[in-house]
Amino acid sequence: MEIAFQHRQSAHCESGVAANLLSHHGVGLSEALAFGIGAGLFFAYLPFIRLNQLPLTTYRIATGGILRRVTRRLGVGLRMVCYRRPARAMADLDARLAQGLPVGCQTGGYWLPYFPPAYRFHFNMHNLVVYGRDGDDYLVSDPIFETPVRCARADLERARFSRGALAPRGRMYFVERTPSAPDLRKAVVDGIREVCRIMTRTPVCLIGVRGIRLLASRLEGWPARLGAERTRLHLGQLIRMQEEIGTGGGGFRFMYAAFLQEAAGVLEKPALLGFAERMTAVGDQWRLFAAAGARNCKGRATAADDFPAMAARLRHCADLEEGLFRELEAAVAADSRALRARGQGAGTRPAG
Amino acid sequence: MDKQDVPQDVGLAGRMREVTYAVNAQGRYEAVPSYGWAPKTVALEQAWERILQRLEAVRAQVAAGELSPLAWHMERHQMNPGLLAGYVGLSRWRVRRHLKARVFRRLKPALRARYAAVFGIAPEALGRVPEDPGLVFLANRE
Repeated sequence: MEIAFQHRQSAHCESGVAANLLSHHGVGLSEALAFGIGAGLFFAYLPFIRLNQLPLTTYRIATGGILRRVTRRLGVGLRMVCYRRPARAMADLDARLAQGLPVGCQTGGYWLPYFPPAYRFHFNMHNLVVYGRDGDDYLVSDPIFETPVRCARADLERARFSRGALAPRGRMYFVERTPSAPDLRKAVVDGIREVCRIMTRTPVCLIGVRGIRLLASRLEGWPARLGAERTRLHLGQLIRMQEEIGTGGGGFRFMYAAFLQEAAGVLEKPALLGFAERMTAVGDQWRLFAAAGARNCKGRATAADDFPAMAARLRHCADLEEGLFRELEAAVAADSRALRARGQGAGTRPAG
Repeated sequence: MDKQDVPQDVGLAGRMREVTYAVNAQGRYEAVPSYGWAPKTVALEQAWERILQRLEAVRAQVAAGELSPLAWHMERHQMNPGLLAGYVGLSRWRVRRHLKARVFRRLKPALRARYAAVFGIAPEALGRVPEDPGLVFLANRE
């Protein structure tokens, strides 16, 4: 059994699954648009959360958030279910497939046999779409791969019930209702405003542009505080969070620039193209930072790659992003007001 | 980043290409497949280096009779006692106990089988530390 499902390769699993699943149900979205509407862009430096005994730095919002916001903003009814018993979870998956519904699953990447061995880490937030079954194999549209893949039933079951932090507990989801006319403009504006708010106005020093600045000052102190070897590990982890699988390069900044370009078309607002260009420039700065960090890891650092210089580059990123998001928020404020007035005016405002 | 600047460096992911967002000649963004980027590979290699180092350290401790082979298999699968306990359905302190060579030697076959099932190996293989951890990565375009 196979559902006609269009697989499109994506940079990031969650935005890719959101875009592919919604497109299948007639709400055509690109990955970048899903990422932007889902307000995926973020920054947080969370040294008290440890991943492989190293501090966690994240460039995207908490997992599940993109999917939740995209469906809410577009008025798509997404049903999400968790399970206690694996047998039940697999039976339900089969039942939904039999109804002709492609099903999204949250899985642990470590157990997916088609993953390249070098990428097999315990990571419980990998999303994919199951769109069919051929005997003992499931047909899987895993958005980070170029083509659809196959996954044996036992392996998929194990991946759906991986353990550890943020265990998926068999979580799966499928579209139940689609809106007749989704309000794309409002969704885009709301997505932009949320990112602007989180990045510039979160009253917590670990999050948004303040988080970037905090990381800059902490990073400067690493060599003295941690010693050469630990510093190398901290830097390596930082680069992986920024560039490894699923970011589309530059810690999601390029993907967000792609979104701003599309948003310019949706809102018929050419000014957003300028913001997209600025976002690209920020992404390029992040790439330069990663390159300098890698040279430090390799012991090939030049005089221009020392820690004060890298911290300065991070502060530069923070300054650029702060200016960009403040101006972007101001630029879409009028659209937001207009859309809101239109929305209210539909039913409540008396005529004349 | 411009489309022609999207790096195609040798990575660890075999023939797999990942999507990078880059600007084409018309100034529009495109999803461009990329084999890898050297700085990213440096960071990934470093993470594996650390895993392999730990694995060798545990191997030495097993050989010295301090730890049981279970400790090596746990490390091989990048697990800690808490995570392994979740998979095997035991409490964490029992898993910790089974990491001791002395306790592991007397471990019941049924429990051995449960551990072996988590790692996807035969129960007899659980009591041995293989020469080769079986962690080979293909550089791409080979």
